[in-house]
Amino acid sequence: METTFIEIMRQALDEEMTRDASVYLIGEDVAAGGAFGVSRGLVDKHGPLRVRNTPISEAAITGLATGAALCGLRPVLEIMFIDFATLAMDCLVNQSAKYRYMSGGQLSVPMVVRTQAGAAGGAAAQHSQSLESWFIHVPGLVVVAPSSPVEAYGLFKSSLRLDDPVLFIEHKRLYAMKEHLPADAAAIPLGRARVAREGSDVTVIAYSAMVRTALEAAQQLAQEGVSVEVIDLRTLAPLDIETLVRSVTKTRRVVIAHEAVECGGVGAEVAARLGAAAFDELDAPIMRVGCPFAPIPFAPELEQALLPGREQIVRAVRELTS
Amino acid sequence: MQRKNDPGERVAAMLRIRRFEEQCILLSKDGQFPGHYHVYIGQEATAVAACAELGTDDFVFSNWRNHGHLLARGAAPDRMMAEILGKAGGYARGKSGTLHMAVRELGVPATSALVGGSLPLATGAALACKRQGRGVVVAFFGDAALEEGACYEAMILASLWKLPILFVCENNSIPPAQRQRGQYTSSTLPAAQLVDVPQALQIRTEAVDGADADALAECFDRLVAEVRSEGTPRFVEVRCTRWPGNFPLWPELPCGQWQLDWAFGQSPDRADLATWLEQSDPLLLYLRKIVAAGGLTREQVQALDERARAEMAGAVRFALDSPFPAPEEAYQHVRAEQGATL
Repeated sequence: METTFIEIMRQALDEEMTRDASVYLIGEDVAAGGAFGVSRGLVDKHGPLRVRNTPISEAAITGLATGAALCGLRPVLEIMFIDFATLAMDCLVNQSAKYRYMSGGQLSVPMVVRTQAGAAGGAAAQHSQSLESWFIHVPGLVVVAPSSPVEAYGLFKSSLRLDDPVLFIEHKRLYAMKEHLPADAAAIPLGRARVAREGSDVTVIAYSAMVRTALEAAQQLAQEGVSVEVIDLRTLAPLDIETLVRSVTKTRRVVIAHEAVECGGVGAEVAARLGAAAFDELDAPIMRVGCPFAPIPFAPELEQALLPGREQIVRAVRELTS
Repeated sequence: MQRKNDPGERVAAMLRIRRFEEQCILLSKDGQFPGHYHVYIGQEATAVAACAELGTDDFVFSNWRNHGHLLARGAAPDRMMAEILGKAGGYARGKSGTLHMAVRELGVPATSALVGGSLPLATGAALACKRQGRGVVVAFFGDAALEEGACYEAMILASLWKLPILFVCENNSIPPAQRQRGQYTSSTLPAAQLVDVPQALQIRTEAVDGADADALAECFDRLVAEVRSEGTPRFVEVRCTRWPGNFPLWPELPCGQWQLDWAFGQSPDRADLATWLEQSDPLLLYLRKIVAAGGLTREQVQALDERARAEMAGAVRFALDSPFPAPEEAYQHVRAEQGATL
């Protein structure tokens, strides 16, 4: 039976809460399910003490989760939209990310900040952004961006069991995606990318919802005789450069695709790292596909005009192979 | 950790903090460590009174003026001094310096150098205490913390969720005449008094004179017991007056190290220091009172002071002798060890 991203994430949360009594859900309306219903019903099973609604105060609840993590709990904090992570930034950047380091390894901050990113139809400029690149810049934070329900299940389990703060970014457009969760689904190690489709002509590196888009582009290009390898980064910080280099050594051409604004995005870092690690393997300049330098507009026509998709990836690949 | 209500232990605890801070200033003047730092001189009685009420299950959260809090909680002065000097013998092997010193095994998980930064964390620790059914939290912060929004948000959470936390606001720049309750108007908040703010959030408050060690002991004895038994937050504003050595950009020792004789007839020849000692020094005022009452003799105090000086001289030696951390340690502890693949 296939179930949605939301249901599979709920199952992962439920299993981890059952397994580990120190796991706590904290956030705005989490008892009612959170912004998208991921935690719906968990309060009935695990009680209001472990599934806690908070006031609308991202700065304090992020600090609260961090303090609780320092003192023995393993909180899962929901920040409704990554756009609101700006309010949590001081704590995440200056505190959560740094206590292990500043204490010389005495302390750890085992917590997961679940948040939602990406444009999903008419949410406009303050509820549609993809701000992940801000966080990969901060030593001490782990940034995970799953590309499917089954991936989310395994990556979330590893994130929750890690003794470090993890920003776990769920893409809104993936919430309705359905997959069959295998009975033996297990934790997926962090820090390792996945070859989502093997190919030989061009490597397309993507993450989050863009992996699906890249797979669609690869399908289309296969009909034109172009063999595309698609790599799902899974973890944005740390980056698994080895897997990327291995692929590039084979294909010698790279497109990096993400929904986030191209300028200063994760793609810039990947490109720079690949340029340094695999310069001799590359037969062409590294291409990037990302959002143009503009906020996300409301009107669906305008939103579609901005958002990078299959067509942009196909075009980039064709440019590299022509 | 000190025994409650033992005058000798209370005096010893305050003297240890004062002598430690003096050595800090001397080491800084000597160029032994870079960066800015803050000393706790003049506020010793607060940390000593608060930490006397705490046990091993309790947590303390501090700020950049953390030396006194840590010493009162039982931290080793030699390892603290090594940390301040950025040496391998320090609690964080030189990674925290003075600003972020933490000692996990003493329940001091974090000292944040962000104004008000520790309040949300401390509130989270109180949630952990409540969940685990043991311990309370004491959060020390300065008056300026109340200018930060996250502090209100943290107090809202503590009040709403009935968390076992004592917020300790060390309001350390109050004119002596205005330390009594109801007499101080904050220069930085439109509220008539700092305690008005938590009161509006249904947190019970106190204001106490930070130069009065007995008043502090009574206050913290009661408030920590209330937090412990009722499991709800309290807020105490400790009104104290900054020591003159704190006013320059870097702390200074006006008239050199503090002298025991100043408590018993002699006086330094700097007017601002002499006035501060007479009106605002919690250590001096307590010594006079306890010796006059026969609780301690002057000779006993002398012996305690000598012991404190010797201990801090030893801490300085330890710190100076401690090696610097190896350069490659700069890369350690960024992430969890088990995340070796990360």
